[in-house]
Amino acid sequence: MLLRKVRCFWLLLKRRLRWPIRSAGLNFALAYGLVFVISAGAFLSFIWWNTTGQLDHQVEVAVQVDAADLSHRWTQGGPSALGLAIQDRLDQNVDDDELYLLVGPDGRKFAGNLPGWPVVITRMDQFYELAIRRDGFRTNAKMRAYPLTHGFQMIVGRDVRGRQLVRHVLTDTLIWSWIMVSLLAAGGALAIRRIFRQVVRSIARTTAAVAQGDLSQRIPLTGNETDLVGQTVNTMLERINRLMDGVRQVSNAIAHDLRTPIARARARLEDASRTATTTEELHAAIDRAVMDLDRVTSIFEALLRIAQLEAGARRAAFTTVDLRPLLEGLCELYEASVEDAGLRLVCRAGVTRSVNGDPHLLQQAVANLLDNAIKFAPSGTDITLSTAMRGEKLAITVADQGPGMSEDDLARASERFFRAEAARNTPGAGLGLSLVQAVMSLHGGTLELKGGQPGLRATLLLPVVPSLPEKG
Amino acid sequence: MRILLVEDDPTVRAFVLKGLREAGHVVDEADNGKDGLFLAVSENYDVVILDRMLPGGIDGLRILETLRGQKNATPVLLLSALADVDERVAGLKAGGDDYMTKPFAFSELLARVEALGRRGRPESAPQTRLVVGDLEMDLLSRTVKRGGEKIDLQPREFRLLEFLIRHAGQVVTRTMLLERVWDYHFDPQTNVIDVHVSRLRQKVDKPFDKPMIHTIRNAGYILRAD
Repeated sequence: MLLRKVRCFWLLLKRRLRWPIRSAGLNFALAYGLVFVISAGAFLSFIWWNTTGQLDHQVEVAVQVDAADLSHRWTQGGPSALGLAIQDRLDQNVDDDELYLLVGPDGRKFAGNLPGWPVVITRMDQFYELAIRRDGFRTNAKMRAYPLTHGFQMIVGRDVRGRQLVRHVLTDTLIWSWIMVSLLAAGGALAIRRIFRQVVRSIARTTAAVAQGDLSQRIPLTGNETDLVGQTVNTMLERINRLMDGVRQVSNAIAHDLRTPIARARARLEDASRTATTTEELHAAIDRAVMDLDRVTSIFEALLRIAQLEAGARRAAFTTVDLRPLLEGLCELYEASVEDAGLRLVCRAGVTRSVNGDPHLLQQAVANLLDNAIKFAPSGTDITLSTAMRGEKLAITVADQGPGMSEDDLARASERFFRAEAARNTPGAGLGLSLVQAVMSLHGGTLELKGGQPGLRATLLLPVVPSLPEKG
Repeated sequence: MRILLVEDDPTVRAFVLKGLREAGHVVDEADNGKDGLFLAVSENYDVVILDRMLPGGIDGLRILETLRGQKNATPVLLLSALADVDERVAGLKAGGDDYMTKPFAFSELLARVEALGRRGRPESAPQTRLVVGDLEMDLLSRTVKRGGEKIDLQPREFRLLEFLIRHAGQVVTRTMLLERVWDYHFDPQTNVIDVHVSRLRQKVDKPFDKPMIHTIRNAGYILRAD
């Protein structure tokens, strides 16, 4: 019940008293200072406690040794011998810090330099620390009473005024050191805060420049811990840059390649509206214009799709894909049209490994390669779809025996709207391989294009799902 | 068929309305979500064509969800300018039966609407035999006969013919065939579907004097008995 109340209160307090300082640098500096001051305090307290304890201990040991020696004198020679011994010691005591008192059974003083038996001393088994008056001035003494035979009692002690002086000096010194340390800690904290700010400022300066539109800025890497942030931000900037380039490229491409079919459709319609004399002519013109617009739509869709894939946001449909049925299905779909084009489709999809991916996109990618092969291969030749493992990657190759591409064209083949000279007269918009490329980069794979002597070998390289270790 | 068209763009609405009426359908129209929802829940339609983005606070998906929430199973075709695959999935998940993106060819829309209308009619018992004219298909023994003569078909050709027979008298588009028979959702650049249909024709039509599979220009195919 009480515990609950306390917890309740604590939570309330926590909510009310939210830590007011937002600056990470200041908090860091404060924490640093606090730790420094606390540890210095602990360290100095230990020194103080240890030193004063040691001094106390020394006094006690000296008193006990002295008392044992005097007790020995008592057993040997009685009161007169002890009195002589005490007097002896007092005479030889240069520091004038030793205190003795020997009293008889009736409480009368026999020997010693204490004026009388202090009333507070009643027990024999412990040390007393008390203020006494000696030779007209007050001082502090530590003493202990010892019983002797025949009712005699003895007090042995030490004047500890000197020791107390040492303690005072020590305390003062330590307090001053602690204050110095605290000041140093505050200075250090400020310095740390400054360093902290400077580190953040270099990142802030770069990101601010980026926010202003200068995407070429990068955070300089200095080798300290903030490099982790710096590197991440730099990677992010690289990616943004690439995406921006992509957008720029697409908008240029749209400006150029979408205008053409739109212009064509417009020209056809305008021409028909001005010059067509029969309904048939008008219908024909309209139908062809609709076809042109459909082409615009399909280019548009392909572009959007590529852009979406390149943004890397379409991994929702990713599953483990068994490629063999997928490829065999495509072979089955394409076999008829390949044969129709006077070609032969050789399907060697002996793959057993799976990949992690979007099955529809992978189908689309392979279908695009097959479409290309059908488009360019001369009749009577083979189109081969084969799979192989290349290291830890799976290679899906579509090879044809068509004209292939020149080295320069191969390098540019997956650019948007790029069409090799030889392909100018075939249908298509030059987006097929761009889409394949986009699908591949979404899957962490690559598209590899090589001359096949003759023809073209287009290979999709995909990382495979690690196979489970076989049992047994 | 009675069709409800909910579409806010006046040009597209007029175009679709005209086309559907020309095809012999009775069509009601609504240009906003509120009226659309009111009509959809109070009247009885064979198919509802819903635009996804509508003015007036109630969009296509809301209408669809409300309909399905009331256990109304009227087939719904969603029409949208959102071509994203995720949007398509969201539409189908909400209870849509088909999804088309704008811009579209009217022939494609008509074919899909008619296919949906057919689906809406409940069948009394699961069929095991499909008959169109002198063409018979036995779904259990997976055999096809025309005029009593057995026709040998590959498994895929069988499924293609089955789809055509089930939609006999309706236009089916190439995209519909690719989606329903092959379960592919991409746009092949080459004429893959045409080649498969022409192979099927070789077996189903060529040996007989009257062809049953016809090509509809700019649209697709139709299987007819006459």
